[in-house]
Amino acid sequence: MKADGIGARVTRKEDHRFLTGNGQYTDDIILPRQTYAAFVRSPHAHATINGINSAAAAAMPGVVAIFTGKDIEESKIGGLPCGWGITSKDGTPAIEPAHPILCIGKARYVGDHVAVVIAETAEQARAAADVMDVDYGILPAVVSTGTAAASKTAVHDQAPNNVCYTWGHGDEAGVKAAFEKAHHISTLDLINQRLAPNAMEPRAANAVYDRSSESYTLYVANQNPHVERLLMCAFVLGIPEHKMRVVAPDVGGGFGSKIFVYAEETVLVWASKRVNRPIKWTADRTEAFLSDAHGRDHVTKAQLAMDKDGKFLGFRVDTTAAMGAYLSTFSTAVPTILYGTLLAGQYTTPSIYVEVTAVFTNTAPVDAYRGAGRPEATYVVERMVEVAARDMKLDPAEIRRRNFIRTFPYATPVGLTYDVGDYDATLDSAIKMADVAGFAARRAASEARGMKRGLGYSSYIEACGLAPSNVAGALGARAGLFESGEVRVHPTGKVEVFTGSHSHGQGHETTFAQVVADKLGIPIEDVSISHGDTGKVLFGMGTYGSRSLAVGGSAIVKAVDKVIAKGKKIAAHLLEASDTDIEFVNGEFIVKGTDKKVPFASVSLTAYVPHNYPLDKLEPGLNENAFYDPTNFTYPAGTHICEVEVDPQTGKVEICAFTAVDDFGNIINPMIVEGQVHGGVAQGLGQALLEDCIYDPESGQLLTASYMDYAMPRADDFPNFKVGNNVTACTHNPLGVKGCGEAGAIGSPPAFINAVTDAIGVKHIDMPATPERVWRAMQSAAHA
Amino acid sequence: MSVNITMKVNGKSVTAAVEASTTLVEFIREHLRLTGTHVGCNTSQCGACTVHVNGRAVKSCNMLVAQAQGADVMTIEGLAAANGDMHPMQAAFKEHHGLQCGFCTPGMVMSACELKGKVTNPSDQEIRACLDGNICRCTGYQNIVTSVKAGLAAMS
Repeated sequence: MKADGIGARVTRKEDHRFLTGNGQYTDDIILPRQTYAAFVRSPHAHATINGINSAAAAAMPGVVAIFTGKDIEESKIGGLPCGWGITSKDGTPAIEPAHPILCIGKARYVGDHVAVVIAETAEQARAAADVMDVDYGILPAVVSTGTAAASKTAVHDQAPNNVCYTWGHGDEAGVKAAFEKAHHISTLDLINQRLAPNAMEPRAANAVYDRSSESYTLYVANQNPHVERLLMCAFVLGIPEHKMRVVAPDVGGGFGSKIFVYAEETVLVWASKRVNRPIKWTADRTEAFLSDAHGRDHVTKAQLAMDKDGKFLGFRVDTTAAMGAYLSTFSTAVPTILYGTLLAGQYTTPSIYVEVTAVFTNTAPVDAYRGAGRPEATYVVERMVEVAARDMKLDPAEIRRRNFIRTFPYATPVGLTYDVGDYDATLDSAIKMADVAGFAARRAASEARGMKRGLGYSSYIEACGLAPSNVAGALGARAGLFESGEVRVHPTGKVEVFTGSHSHGQGHETTFAQVVADKLGIPIEDVSISHGDTGKVLFGMGTYGSRSLAVGGSAIVKAVDKVIAKGKKIAAHLLEASDTDIEFVNGEFIVKGTDKKVPFASVSLTAYVPHNYPLDKLEPGLNENAFYDPTNFTYPAGTHICEVEVDPQTGKVEICAFTAVDDFGNIINPMIVEGQVHGGVAQGLGQALLEDCIYDPESGQLLTASYMDYAMPRADDFPNFKVGNNVTACTHNPLGVKGCGEAGAIGSPPAFINAVTDAIGVKHIDMPATPERVWRAMQSAAHA
Repeated sequence: MSVNITMKVNGKSVTAAVEASTTLVEFIREHLRLTGTHVGCNTSQCGACTVHVNGRAVKSCNMLVAQAQGADVMTIEGLAAANGDMHPMQAAFKEHHGLQCGFCTPGMVMSACELKGKVTNPSDQEIRACLDGNICRCTGYQNIVTSVKAGLAAMS
């Protein structure tokens, strides 16, 4: 193995700037003649806007301009688009209400954008926004996901029962037949609660219009600048793409919440031409809670049919999923394409049917959040399996083994084909690493101290690198799902790589450089990675769904292969051999079976100084780009085991141990992969133990809109996690990689709840397992 | 109302006239353009804005610049050597992958440095308790704990 190549534990190239305060995040940018925006947000969950009087605000010091929905309406600006069309089971398309960038006529959630005030300073903008006089007519609010479809109030007139779509997937008749012949049917009702993503960098944008070139530049905290540009230009503002540059500089975490095209940055771009000055906006934390797209929010009923040996026969899942007040960019795909298709889990269940009712509520939009659909699916499957094991009096590991998929490729009844995996191996490793054999003694020791101890499993599977584009298109995707990569070799053999993937903490500048350095046989210092700027990078679909390495990395490898192929032709000329006789080994082009060779840097120099060069047959230069469209998803899978101790006096749960054994395919940088697992597990356990985004069920006020109300996981909430790997290489991408960014958040919540319910002897408890909730569950169980 | 401020920031004397309502972090970021100190919440919960004031770790979003009159302030930019060589705590964070997106990192490093002299040979759990005032959404804290342990050892 090359010391800085594939598989090496290389420290990160990007760290020096982050550690010394030299990172450049969007809010760090101040442009000449900068102005600042503040948004006037609806204080009501549902209200008509009867009138807006801006006079007092306009007279405030420093105010440059004020815009309301009326200006947007007059400018005939399109609404924010939904990127995925879903068809209901009756064949009708999902209802997609207009999503204006400033409210027109009505506000539909607390925090909805009613107007924007632009001023010389951020403070002046906020002060003027505070005195904007908006005449609201308060309407009853639809808040609760579970009862939205029965509400007498409609969030949108075109969806009178608040249903956006009712999507059915799988074999309903097959499931019915399986239930009829079942030995036992286990049932489970659960809630996957709403979460606020909480990237530590709040969303921010800075938009500037250049009158001389009639072009815009948008700096924005975003995970996919080309998608942002495409959607904003083509679907909302009608700006020609070559007149718009989107830069997503250093971005302080995304977790999904920075995928989407939001109203704020769109308003800024639009208004920047009107005021002919740069406009900046940075969310404060409460604004982030109110207006970032939230995650999860499912209410689910599940039923699992089994034979007498605990073999799964049929699985039915009925879910109501909140969309919030408007359809965010990929909202419709999350509880369908990314959820229903994962309900087979690691198991051979022959018949599965899922029905998802998506509902509008007067709450912030819900969209992809770390895992996006797969955590929700995994939570249903792995909680269901635990309940089934207890019903059948089987060891939870044993019931899993009885149902594992063992032959690959495996076509599930919900539309995916798993290419490869070894679920027994990850389960075995996890059991060993978690010392399950010693659990009984640890439980006895806890009990001797008056504590309750429990152990829970989760054998998850997920799907990364959503693809291929044509299949996704047939399923409703309104965008491609490929990635681009450009490998620019300079005359001296130094390499600059441009990727459409975006790093907001994942360490692409290191991982991708390792791949290129390894493939080209050059030192990692000779490779730099550029990303996040539509002015530099050809095109890109960005980073989400753990796709960067599997899709973006594959595009880079494809471009590297083209560089090597061209290099062989140049080397063949220099070495007076046939290019079919040239091989590329450790950074040198060699005539097979001889000692005749030429180093990579000589070939690159020749490409740019083509004096001795086959100009009649070959263009000068050494710069290649590639697009890679995967043929399938990748399927990371693993087993997580959680061990908890519960204090029966207080209901407080302590996580004693957490073990994650994952199969991510080949690993480029084990240090970075471990870091991703740690972070993902912490986020999943944060959901399971602490976090809950709560709206008042009557007023629709967000009750958890600050870090004093929303329980973010802190360092002392966790033990050290044990992390292990088993590798089965992905069969359909050149690196054999699968993706590791979300697995921790996908696998961990059911492992935790399975452990808590095991400890306190109840069938189910909803997340988060707060002391109050756990204590109440224990009291109910004691009195049952 | 405007107030005149004099203080030392990263070893250099700074004088300015600012609005009395200006917070220390606003002064550091907007007036001095030292943008390594970040604002994650503005309510003193997340710790991204942590700097040292007279050697103590302070959440600079929660302090008026006027309250730091005459103080010796150090931000993340003042921690590394003038030539860019990293402080042992910064080096430890790099070595042990104690950061991902980098946004909470300056505050985390400033909080970690202050532990020198406050704790000796801390256990992982003690370090976790000490970092209670700094939120990180990326790392799951484990590698931060390892980094802080190594950084404190390297500082002694």
